Amino acid sequence: MAQKAAIELKNITKAFGSVVANKDVCLTVNKGEILSILGENGSGKTTLMNMIAGIYFPDEGQIFIDGEEVVIASPKDAFDYKIGMIHQHFKLVDIFTATENIVLGLEDGKFDLKNAEKQVHDICEKYGFEVDPKKKIYTMSVSEKQTVEIIKVLYRGADILILDEPTAVLTPQETQRLFDVLRRMRDDGKAIIIITHKLHEVLSLSDKVAVLRKGEYVGTVNTAETNEAQLTEMMVGKKVELNIHRSEPKDAVPRLEVHHIDCSNREGVKVLDDVSFIANAGEILGVAGIAGSGQRELLEAIAGLQRLDSGAVLYNNPKTGNMENLTTKTPLQIRELGVRLSFVPEDRLGMGLVGNMDIVDNMMLRSYRRGKSVFLERKGPKDLAEHIIEELEVVTPSASTPVRRLSGGNVQKVLVGREIAASPTVLMAAYPVRGLDINSSYTIYNLLNEQKERGVAVIFVGEDLDVLLELCDRIMVIGSGRITGVVDARTATKEQIGLLMTKTEALTWEGGEDRA
Amino acid sequence: MRKTTTVKHREPLIHIAKRDDMAAWQAWLIRLAAILIGFFVMSAVLTALASTSSGKDLSFGDILERLSRSVFGRLFEGKFSQLWKFLQETAVLLCLSLAVTPAFKMKFWNCGAEGQALFGGLAAMFCMINLGGKVPEPVLVPLVILASIIGGAVWGVIPAIFHAYYRTNETLFTLMMNYVATQIVAYYVYANGQGSNVINPVSTGALPVIGGQQYLLNVLIVTLLTVLTYVYLRFSKQGYEVSVVGESQNTARYIGINVKKVIIRTMIISGALCGIAGMLLVAGKDHSINTATVGGQGFTAIMVSWLGQFNPYIIAAMAALVSFLQIGAAGAADAYFLNSAYADVMVGVVVLCLVACEFFIRYTVKFRHSKKGGALA
Repeated sequence: MAQKAAIELKNITKAFGSVVANKDVCLTVNKGEILSILGENGSGKTTLMNMIAGIYFPDEGQIFIDGEEVVIASPKDAFDYKIGMIHQHFKLVDIFTATENIVLGLEDGKFDLKNAEKQVHDICEKYGFEVDPKKKIYTMSVSEKQTVEIIKVLYRGADILILDEPTAVLTPQETQRLFDVLRRMRDDGKAIIIITHKLHEVLSLSDKVAVLRKGEYVGTVNTAETNEAQLTEMMVGKKVELNIHRSEPKDAVPRLEVHHIDCSNREGVKVLDDVSFIANAGEILGVAGIAGSGQRELLEAIAGLQRLDSGAVLYNNPKTGNMENLTTKTPLQIRELGVRLSFVPEDRLGMGLVGNMDIVDNMMLRSYRRGKSVFLERKGPKDLAEHIIEELEVVTPSASTPVRRLSGGNVQKVLVGREIAASPTVLMAAYPVRGLDINSSYTIYNLLNEQKERGVAVIFVGEDLDVLLELCDRIMVIGSGRITGVVDARTATKEQIGLLMTKTEALTWEGGEDRA
Repeated sequence: MRKTTTVKHREPLIHIAKRDDMAAWQAWLIRLAAILIGFFVMSAVLTALASTSSGKDLSFGDILERLSRSVFGRLFEGKFSQLWKFLQETAVLLCLSLAVTPAFKMKFWNCGAEGQALFGGLAAMFCMINLGGKVPEPVLVPLVILASIIGGAVWGVIPAIFHAYYRTNETLFTLMMNYVATQIVAYYVYANGQGSNVINPVSTGALPVIGGQQYLLNVLIVTLLTVLTYVYLRFSKQGYEVSVVGESQNTARYIGINVKKVIIRTMIISGALCGIAGMLLVAGKDHSINTATVGGQGFTAIMVSWLGQFNPYIIAAMAALVSFLQIGAAGAADAYFLNSAYADVMVGVVVLCLVACEFFIRYTVKFRHSKKGGALA
């Protein structure tokens, strides 16, 4: 096919207040081509795409479609130019069927569901989607919902498709299927832009890669002529060591034992079903699973924040050698027992930290009760804050800056730093690198490793299987609130874990098979 | 072929962009300007209205003089009684505003300051009438103060308990409690007023007059409370817990704060401070009580607390501003035979200006062709 530009951006600049989200970005996507936009979090990928989709308006620069300059001032304009965007968060009506959602909001005079269903069916046939047009959204899996979103924009005749982090919520198998569909669409002459920060996906799928770094356009390379190391360097601006050092666990003794816990959410739906496992001291236990499979509830149950329906959480106290029963205890009672349990929750600013308070006051969250005085002691927390800022290279104007003003990576460093400062014996971390750039991510991995080497029992809930396989000693897979398998991270494969993630029946527990 | 050639969209005329780089002094300058604009515009309107109603040709200066004389009286002639009245009004409004502040910091919308103050005042009145003459004055006065604190605290803690344990809506609950308090006071006045529906001033148990000034003690008490509230919120462990619960109950639970306990404890404090305000009115000013004793200041206090951004010192300045406008505009309107509602309109407009100016503190407005402008700087 002749190389013809479907969309071209010239010197696009967009600023929010004093923050420049995009500066002089130039891009070209040809018809029948897949372009990946690669960049770390906060590098301006989504902002750029939102300008093409008509959600934001650029401060400067020009957009050309089929060689002609256009102004896209609203999503409606974008639609007129046959641009379709699939957002990270789906915009679907739960109680409608796939077809009903697809035709929703279209004004073509008549409302003919039968005909629409047939068209949807044709689109599915053409590109190999697997979805039932009559199925209701609320009965669908995440990947099916995503498929509906893609069909929705195709149905509207989009020639330029933008996908914002489409693989974040998919299993490896589902990702593969999505890529097959995207390749078929490319062969059909569509221009596809995919936003991602996963390097191996970029390399396997796209024809060209455009790299953004801190809002600036670094360059575009042909995928065939590049490799992971070069792309990382373009993304980060310097060479990065991509290996995680993993030591052999020493004196691994059981530290935390979870026995047959059941847990229901507010609606009475079971979210944890007969979960049992042992976390050893001096070991990183990974927890893998599709988002929302009960990971959050599991950690909160251990931390005393979730009411258990049944089961027990036991802690093997290294000081006394006693078994402490943590079941039904509140977080304060757990601490008063002398159990040093640190928890980095998934919701950093909604649970782990207070966004409007400064770093010093956030340091106090764990320790403010100390001492008999009715007044706060801010000296210690202030020293700790300054220590963490220096040690973990937190970028902040000062220790008295509200944490909500910090970037995601720096917020996480503050939180992890505080939790580690409590010298824990058990450290639980839920998605600790979500939204972090590569350097910050590796800082966090190193911190977790350091804790492991000090004999802490680390429980790490992650989403990137490559990282889980490199960092952890054992990986426990959770699916719909059940433990579906425990594997040795040194020998397991991604495919094996992917299968366990979607498996529905529980692991047949052979009397503590994984006891160290 | 496609619509591309026919669709011509123009760039929108203005964009609004967020900013977070304004220095604190600039922000306060904008707020001050907003207050002055509101004040001068409303004074000009008042000049026109007063000229019509009085049939005299009044100048802008006449009105300003009237306003300030209503508040400060004839200061230069050595008469301070008007000024003391202003200070007393400010003190009570400030006390009520301080009272709701800890609750607001906790995001517990206490709209019941009116009722809590009235109930505290009723408790004080009850002691003054029933114990007056039976116990010596030095014992009675502390008893009156204590009774008002307990009265206000009880009225504040009831909605808090229901909110903590049954998740009832605190805004509606505290509002409703106002009506209950008003009706109890109405009944009390009826029962004790010997048919006249007025309780004659009682001198037993009243706050002592110090320094020859009736309101000096009131002003001193509230000044002390302002400092105490600031210290409590900023430096005490309990104040820290209030902030954490207000910002995020999830975080509070995560670090092991007993959220129910904090809600109840904070509302006891909030109610107690309201009770003290009621006591200042009953034992420190009127020596009597009726359903209008608090006179809506419990609601004005909500606004003052917000305007003061929950900082007791700024709240003090805002309380003074609001009482200045209330008393000054009411006095000026009265002098020229205008409806006293003009005072409320004036307060409303000035406050609106103050609130609206936040837009210019948080956002900048950029026009279509100012592309090369300083927005990126």
